[in-house]
Amino acid sequence: MGGNIQTTAIKIEKVKKQFGIGESAVTALTDITIDIFDNEFFTLLGPSGCGKTTLLRMIAGLESITAGTIFLYGQEIKDLSANKRPINTVFQQYALFPHMTVLQNIGFGLKMLGKSKSEIIDRSEKMLELVQLGQFGDRRPSQLSGGQQQRVALARALAPSPKVLLLDEPLSALDLKLRQAMRVELKQIQEETGITFVFVTHDQEEALTMSDRIAVMSNGELQQIGSAQEIYEQPRNQFVAGFIGETNLFDVIIEDIQEDQAICRIGGTCISCTVTGSAVKGSTRQISIRPERLSFTSSPEDGHITGVIERLTYLGTDTQYLVQLDDGTIITVRSQNAHESGVNVQPGERIGLELGKGGARLLMN
Amino acid sequence: MATGVKIESGGGSSSVFGSLRYWLLTPSWLVIGFFLVAPVAMMLIYSFLTKEFRGGVIWEFSLAAYDQFIFDRGLFGDDPPKLEWTYIGIFFRSIWQAFSATVLCLLIGFPTAYFIATRPIHTRPIWLFLVTIPYWVNLLIRTVSLKFLIRDSGPLNQWLISFGILDSPIHLINTNVAVQLGLFYSYLPFMVLPIYASVERYNFVLSEAAWDLYANRWTTLRYILLPSVKSGIIAGCILVFVPSLGAFLAPDLLGGAKNFMIGSLIEEQFKGNAGNWPFGAAASMILLTLVLIVLMVYARQQSRTESKYS
Repeated sequence: MGGNIQTTAIKIEKVKKQFGIGESAVTALTDITIDIFDNEFFTLLGPSGCGKTTLLRMIAGLESITAGTIFLYGQEIKDLSANKRPINTVFQQYALFPHMTVLQNIGFGLKMLGKSKSEIIDRSEKMLELVQLGQFGDRRPSQLSGGQQQRVALARALAPSPKVLLLDEPLSALDLKLRQAMRVELKQIQEETGITFVFVTHDQEEALTMSDRIAVMSNGELQQIGSAQEIYEQPRNQFVAGFIGETNLFDVIIEDIQEDQAICRIGGTCISCTVTGSAVKGSTRQISIRPERLSFTSSPEDGHITGVIERLTYLGTDTQYLVQLDDGTIITVRSQNAHESGVNVQPGERIGLELGKGGARLLMN
Repeated sequence: MATGVKIESGGGSSSVFGSLRYWLLTPSWLVIGFFLVAPVAMMLIYSFLTKEFRGGVIWEFSLAAYDQFIFDRGLFGDDPPKLEWTYIGIFFRSIWQAFSATVLCLLIGFPTAYFIATRPIHTRPIWLFLVTIPYWVNLLIRTVSLKFLIRDSGPLNQWLISFGILDSPIHLINTNVAVQLGLFYSYLPFMVLPIYASVERYNFVLSEAAWDLYANRWTTLRYILLPSVKSGIIAGCILVFVPSLGAFLAPDLLGGAKNFMIGSLIEEQFKGNAGNWPFGAAASMILLTLVLIVLMVYARQQSRTESKYS
C-alpha cells in the first residue's frame, strides 16, 4: 500500500496534548503525525494510558488540541466543534440513549441534521438491516444484549453517513466468541460502506486481524505505523516487538556489518540479523527473535545455536519450549503440533536450533 | 425494567424468619396508622357532621359543609342554590399560586442542581449543605424576614432606587407575586435535591454522544438530558407543588386578605371560636382529593410508559 498515491482522509500534524498547566502539566501526546487514508481500516494500538483514546477524541472534536492541527480531506477541522464535524463515534460503553427506542437512537443524528421524517425512518431501517437487527427497532437499549447494543451503536454512528467513523474499543465489553464474530462483521461493514474507520484498541490480535494499517503508540508517542505484517515482522523497536506477539529480546554487540545484515554474538555463536535503521560496528544493541522462527534440527551439531531444553508447555496448536543456551541465556521456542510425531524432544535433552531467514531483527534504540 | 431481578426470600430459613419479618414492620404501621390514617379519617368524618358554634362538632350527619363550599343559598339559606364562586375562586387561586411557585422553583432549581452535580465530587457536599442552610432557621422567621426585605421602604426597594434601576418603589407586599416569591423561597431545596440526585446519576457520555451526533446545547438538553432526569424533575415538582397548595404562612404574611389561599381558609376554620370545623374538614378533603388525583394521573402515566417498553 505504502507506494500508491492515496487520498488522505485525516491528516494529523504534530499534534500535542497537555493536561493541566505549569509545573503540574502532564503531556498525554507528543508530536503525533499520522496520515489516515481514504477508505482505510486504521487502528490505533497501544496499552491503556498511551494516549490513543485522547487522539481519537481529538479527531471527534471532544478533546481540545494543545498544539498542532488536524485536517479532514484537506480542510482544517481543529476549530470546528464536534457537532459540526462529519465524523461519528462508536463509544466504548455504547452510550445509547436509554429513553429512546433502538430506531429513535439510530435516527437521532439524522433528526439533528434536520432530515425529513420519512428519510430518517428509511435510513434508520436500512441501518438496522445492515447490522442485522431488523426486528428490534421498537425495543429499548436495556432490552438488548451487549452484542446487540454494540450493533445499535454502530448503526447509530453510521446512519448520518459520516466521512470517518471512530470506534473507541467497541468490542472490549463483549465476550470472546462474540468479539471474534464482530471482528469479521466490522471489517465487512467497513468494506461495504467504504467509510474510513479509525479503530482504537489495546488488543493486538484485534488490531492484526482487522486493520489495513496500524499505528502502535506508547507513552503518548507514536512507535511505528505499518500493515499488520510489517508491524509484526519488522518491528522498529523493543516496545513494538514486545507488545505485538511474543518475542525473545537480547542485548548484543555488533561484531560485523555486511550490507543490511549485522553479525551478532549470541549463545556462544554468531548469527546474522536484519538491520532496522543504521548500525555501527562494536555498538551494543537489542535484537528480537520471534519464537516461531526458531526450529529444532535433527542433531545438535547442525544448529546455529545449541542449548538444553529447560521446560516444555503444551498449548494445543503449539508447544512452547524454554531452552537454555550454552552461555546461560534462556530463549523461547514455539513449534506447531502439526503432526503427531513432530520433533520429539524432552526436558534435559541437548538440542540444536535453526534460525529462519530474516528471523532475527536488530532493533532501534 | 427488564433487568429487574426477583430475589427469592431467604431460601430454607424463610419459614423461621418469615413471620418475624412482618412483626418488624409493626412500629411503622402503628406510626402511619396513628399519625396519618386516624387524623385523615377523623377529618373525613367531621366533614359530614353539623357545626357547633363555639368550634367543634355536633354528632349529626349533614352535607352542609360541602353545600356551603359549592352553593350560595342566600342569607337565610332558603334561596334557590347558585354556584358560590368565593371558595372555588380561592381554590383556583391556590392552584395558580402553587403552580407559579413550582415553575419558579424549577427555573432556578434545575440550573442549581445541574451546577452542583457537575462540581468535583469532593466539593458537592459543601454545595448541598449551603442549599439546606436556610432550613436551620424557622420558616416563620424566614417569611417575616422576606416581608421586611421586600416591603415598599425595605432594603430591596432602597437598593434598586439608589442604583437608579427604579424611580419609585415597586409594590410587592400583599400581591400574588409576593406570595409566589414566599412559596418559591420556602420550598426551593425540595426542588434542588431530587433533581440533583438524578443529574448526579446521569451518564454525561450521553451528552457527548448527542454532541457527536450533531446536537447543539439546546437539543442536547431537550432530547437527552431532560428526559434522562425526568423522574427527578417530577419528584421535585410534586414536593414543591403539594405543600405550596396547602401553605398558609406565606399567603398570610405576604399576601394579605386579598390573596387568601386554601391553606389559610382551612386554618381559619379551626382557629379560635369563629371557626367552622366541618367546613374546614370538607375543604381539607377537597384539597386532599385534588392532590390525590394529580398524583394518580402521574403514577398512571408512569406505569403506562414503563409497561410500553417491557
